[in-house]
Amino acid sequence: MSALPRIVITGVGLTSPNGNSLAEYRKNLLAGVSGVKPWTIRHVGETLAGQCDFDALRWQKRKELRRGTRAGSIGIWCAGETLADAGIDVATRDRSRIGVYVGTTEHGNVETENQIHEVAQYDFDLSYWSHHHNPRTVANNPAGEIALSYGITGPAYCIGAACAAGNLGLIHGAQMLQLGEVDVAIGGGVSESIHTFGIFASFRAQGALASHADPSKASRPFDKARNGIVVSEGGCLFTLERLEDAQRRGARIYGELVGHCVNSDASDFVLPLAERQNECMRGALARAGLAPNEIDIVSSHATATPLGDQQECEAMRAVFGDSARTHVNNTKSFIGHTMGAAGSLELAGNLPSFDDGWAHATINVDNLDPACEVRNLVMNQPKELGTVDHILNLSFGMLGINSAVVVRRFTAR
Amino acid sequence: MNREEIILAIQDIIKAIAPDEDVSDLKTDVRLRDQIELDSMDFLDIVMELRKRYGVQVPEDDYKELATLDGCVAYLGPKMRGKTLKVGV
Repeated sequence: MSALPRIVITGVGLTSPNGNSLAEYRKNLLAGVSGVKPWTIRHVGETLAGQCDFDALRWQKRKELRRGTRAGSIGIWCAGETLADAGIDVATRDRSRIGVYVGTTEHGNVETENQIHEVAQYDFDLSYWSHHHNPRTVANNPAGEIALSYGITGPAYCIGAACAAGNLGLIHGAQMLQLGEVDVAIGGGVSESIHTFGIFASFRAQGALASHADPSKASRPFDKARNGIVVSEGGCLFTLERLEDAQRRGARIYGELVGHCVNSDASDFVLPLAERQNECMRGALARAGLAPNEIDIVSSHATATPLGDQQECEAMRAVFGDSARTHVNNTKSFIGHTMGAAGSLELAGNLPSFDDGWAHATINVDNLDPACEVRNLVMNQPKELGTVDHILNLSFGMLGINSAVVVRRFTAR
Repeated sequence: MNREEIILAIQDIIKAIAPDEDVSDLKTDVRLRDQIELDSMDFLDIVMELRKRYGVQVPEDDYKELATLDGCVAYLGPKMRGKTLKVGV
């Protein structure tokens, strides 16, 4: 593996329920600012969700906005922001050598529900079914909208990986760079899930939809009173390059991807499995050539479901229980579960640790569940760690997909 | 609906479909697609909006009749008779 080119992150573009730039997002993560708010959606009624309020017209024409999907719009925003942040002008590049790899938890539910709702007004006369349905619901929609919007002619597609998808977009982009398929990879994940009532109804049916009188307290991983997931929308796309390309153009480098692992539980549709999560973490460490005590921050996946958090904590204890250096935090406690975007957004929120030396917290831990005790859990207040060299970012999803990414503070070596 | 109202109805639909375009100066005898950026999906949107707003069905063979505003007036005139103009829907 040592022969493979080194891959670095040179741009971050994001929209999260508590920030539309990395600086704003990081500031709010350190300040304990939640992005969860009341949300009403048909059939479900009043619930909670993390909602984004980015200025879509910065990167899209009104017509594109009308024609496309929310996931496409989020993707176009994130792509515009990440390329601008990286200082890459698509017009001056070989557009066929840019790849777009967008992780999604699901896609198509929003538009399908909208169409069914629409034709129901016309007694299910399908002459009222929109010709936009197929282009809006195809599984490559968000990536395709990004390619269309920026005139990118390289490979652009989505990676369906449930709630591990944000990590998968990043991993896949890095792999395509290492294979020489592209020269610039835009990788990460997006989610429009708050616009489908089905996801709320399904989590509620499963007993896994969060509720709380105070929206900002609803997402509470590791807390005894946690009662489920806050569904959120969001997106985060990284600009990835081979190190030598990034250095040649003098790019700012946020960090280097030094290890990853993706595996499968092969055990249950929805229930996680600590044993496989453990293997996934260890697999990423092995790929990076690191011991557990060399990881400074574990960005946990925990979604605030009773069993899921417990399983993940069991896995983290097994891998990092002897590591005094390793600290654990959680981003969903601030912004809810951004589904396909979670992996990339949660990594992004931690990347500034390489510069500022702080670990943001996991908030809303009023009574730590004894089953969720892990060493150095950064609870409620951020913690200054000093030097941060390695971050391990965890993202797991339904059907038993696990992913782990290791990012190193960049040093030229 | 008279000629002016049919033109207003079409302009209003186009305004919704192509919000970046200025529809106020459209020439009535020149193809719409030669004056503003309208592709085949937009055209299907116009047909859909006529169906939703006015209950007017335009069979595929007749799409060519809607190429210009004059064509719209000639073709839709009989179909829009007695209908109420709906703008800003």
